[in-house]
Amino acid sequence: MVGLGIVEYLKKERSQEWRVELRSNLKAKERTQLERGHMPEQDPDQRNKNFTEVNLGLTEEQAIHEAKRCIDCPNPTCITGCPVGINIPKFVKKIEAGEFLDAARVLKETNALPAVCGRVCPQEVQCEQVCYYPQKVDKPAVSIGHLERFAADFERDSGKVSVPEITAFNGIKVASIGSGPAGLAFAGDMAKMGYDVTVYEALHEIGGVLKYGIPEFRLPNEMVDVEIDILKKMGVKFITNFIVGKTASVEELMKEGYVAFMVGSGAGLPNFMNIPGENLTGIYSSNEYLTRVNLMKAADPEYDTPVMSGKNVAVIGGGNTAMDSVRTAKRLGAERAMIIYRRSIEEMPARNEEIIHAQEEGIEFMNLHNPIEYMGDEKGRVKQMKLLKMELGEPDDSGRRRPVPLEGSEFVIDVDTVVVSVGVSPNPLIPQSMSELDVSSLGTINVDKETMQSSIPDIFAGGDIVRGGATVILAMGDGRKAAASMDRYIKQKVRNIISLIKEFDTIGDILDFAG
Amino acid sequence: MNKIIDKEYFSDLVVKLVLEAPYIAKSRKAGHFVIVRVGERGERIPLTIAEADLEKGTITIIVQKVGVSSIKLCNLEVGDNIHDVVGPLGHPTHIEKLGTILAAGGGVGVAPLLPIVEAYKNAGNKVISVLAARQKDLIILEEQIRLHSDEVIIMTDDGSYGKKGLITEGMEEVIKREKIDEVVTVGPAIMMKYVALLTKKYKLPTVASLNTIMVDGTGMCGACRVSVGGKTKFVCVDGPEFDAHEVDFDEMMMRLASYTDEESAAYDRFINKYKKA
Repeated sequence: MVGLGIVEYLKKERSQEWRVELRSNLKAKERTQLERGHMPEQDPDQRNKNFTEVNLGLTEEQAIHEAKRCIDCPNPTCITGCPVGINIPKFVKKIEAGEFLDAARVLKETNALPAVCGRVCPQEVQCEQVCYYPQKVDKPAVSIGHLERFAADFERDSGKVSVPEITAFNGIKVASIGSGPAGLAFAGDMAKMGYDVTVYEALHEIGGVLKYGIPEFRLPNEMVDVEIDILKKMGVKFITNFIVGKTASVEELMKEGYVAFMVGSGAGLPNFMNIPGENLTGIYSSNEYLTRVNLMKAADPEYDTPVMSGKNVAVIGGGNTAMDSVRTAKRLGAERAMIIYRRSIEEMPARNEEIIHAQEEGIEFMNLHNPIEYMGDEKGRVKQMKLLKMELGEPDDSGRRRPVPLEGSEFVIDVDTVVVSVGVSPNPLIPQSMSELDVSSLGTINVDKETMQSSIPDIFAGGDIVRGGATVILAMGDGRKAAASMDRYIKQKVRNIISLIKEFDTIGDILDFAG
Repeated sequence: MNKIIDKEYFSDLVVKLVLEAPYIAKSRKAGHFVIVRVGERGERIPLTIAEADLEKGTITIIVQKVGVSSIKLCNLEVGDNIHDVVGPLGHPTHIEKLGTILAAGGGVGVAPLLPIVEAYKNAGNKVISVLAARQKDLIILEEQIRLHSDEVIIMTDDGSYGKKGLITEGMEEVIKREKIDEVVTVGPAIMMKYVALLTKKYKLPTVASLNTIMVDGTGMCGACRVSVGGKTKFVCVDGPEFDAHEVDFDEMMMRLASYTDEESAAYDRFINKYKKA
């Protein structure tokens, strides 16, 4: 890509012989006649009792069929919808050509975690939303996400996992604070550019939200480990059980030779609703509930961590995390696993796929309801909750219609476990440890949106610690952006030092100056 | 992995472990705690740092056998590794010269109390310590506490050592004869509750260091939440020390008992396995 603008680069790639030939094999019109394929899934009544993946992945034939639907547009708008800028038509056409390993390589040019993104990205509001099909011919988009997952899984299963090429190792030490999606994307790009990268992680496992947050049935931890192993092969070092700002400060780490940092410490603090009875036992934040099950494997009696998961489980909220929690509760044996959401299903922030999967699995949706109080038994365990019915009023700041309580509509239902999934706030540990860092009133780190650089020039930041609560792929996009601008920043710093040195006549003068 | 380099039994139930943790040894201050996980299937449990040796790069933790994880931890020997140790966590104790400090520690709560007592003493305060336990062999770290205290009073429930009686009785005797500027207390929740009631009666500012259930210990999960002054606080990132008069100890005790059933089932499984082995 060096020396070429992105548009010229894509044009040049598109005019390569193999791409031209593929296009000539099947007319665009014939391609648009092909129906979008379905992702094979585990049967709902079976999968709601186990933790293995819901989506089973495309077969080779299904993948090639889907890849054929892509007409290889001269102006591939899909790429503009990708926060990490994957060369989408190129990898899709590699699949059509049956060159699955090459397809995986294309993905890894810009995406450190293709098997993860192929599973958890909301493609329907990104690449697939701006695909030719929905934009121009009102048909369902090419299932780019399914194809991404296919290529990544094929490569892993082939045992021929490629390790991205690393330009000359420069030995300059940089660190990521946090090993979630922002940190991993950052580490991958910095390692490719030759930096000596260390990733610090507070927990005992690498992967951040990918490990503690997203359940096995959506993203097996093993998939995350495969992608982390590639980063390790690229020379990235991982240090777990290390909280930067607590175990050692940024200043101390600078003395160990690090020249710049990327903070990707995530949105750690769960929000509660501050209603009566919320501290009864059996009431969890979604972070705690999911961490116990996903990271600590509480459902497995061989592991020491317990989890309370009863017969009547209410999950408060309508986001992806709420869906993950309620589907987890069902799998842990809940007879009633309920979503309690104060707006209607149209306003739900969760991905459509997650909502549909949850409905298929027998999750009850109590939309337009809001909890106002919890009642406990003599031991302090929650046994009932009081709900208020809501109706939708005028749109609020978010553009969604505001839920308004219906007077006198309270009623009580039995619950023995509640999971509160009403958002998170940024983790305070890093901002607390760096007093000079410019932080917003919400606790997020303020950065230059273009460079991801914070008020301290050597500190960059991305992901939920900047955004407050977003998606895996946006965090990864931030990590990549931070890597690119940190590289420019460090190189400029080096140039400044060199030009400063040039102003001296002798080495003796330099040493005198340095004192 | 953190290697255990020294181990000492204070009693059948209470063990002192010294482990390698050079970064934590350097960064820790009085009041800090660590999260420990024994084995790759272990749970994450918070433990307060009792002592640290900067030169050797070690920290000391004191563990009481109460459940499966603490028994597993106590069963580790010198040379064994603890799978995960992370910290130091929480806010350190706010130490300044105030005058006379009354330090009240119960059971293994004396372990986290030790660095606090030491820090108050080093800041130029007069420190009177009251240590309490059910019986003699559960009184720990007496010698070390004496090193940093102007006076030490020992209370045991059964009178097997020191004076017979509750910690509050020992404290009240001091409060009646001395002008106390601050009270600091660490121990079982029920003990701290009664300490708080006593000192409230005498209008003495009191700080309690809370030890709740935690998972990550970094603010992420909210398992450790307690009500302080009617507001929900997270012990891991807002504490572990709070104004004892504002803490809802009854709620804290209720939350500490969350997993009583699960814990006793796990304990039975563990003991059965242990017997078979």
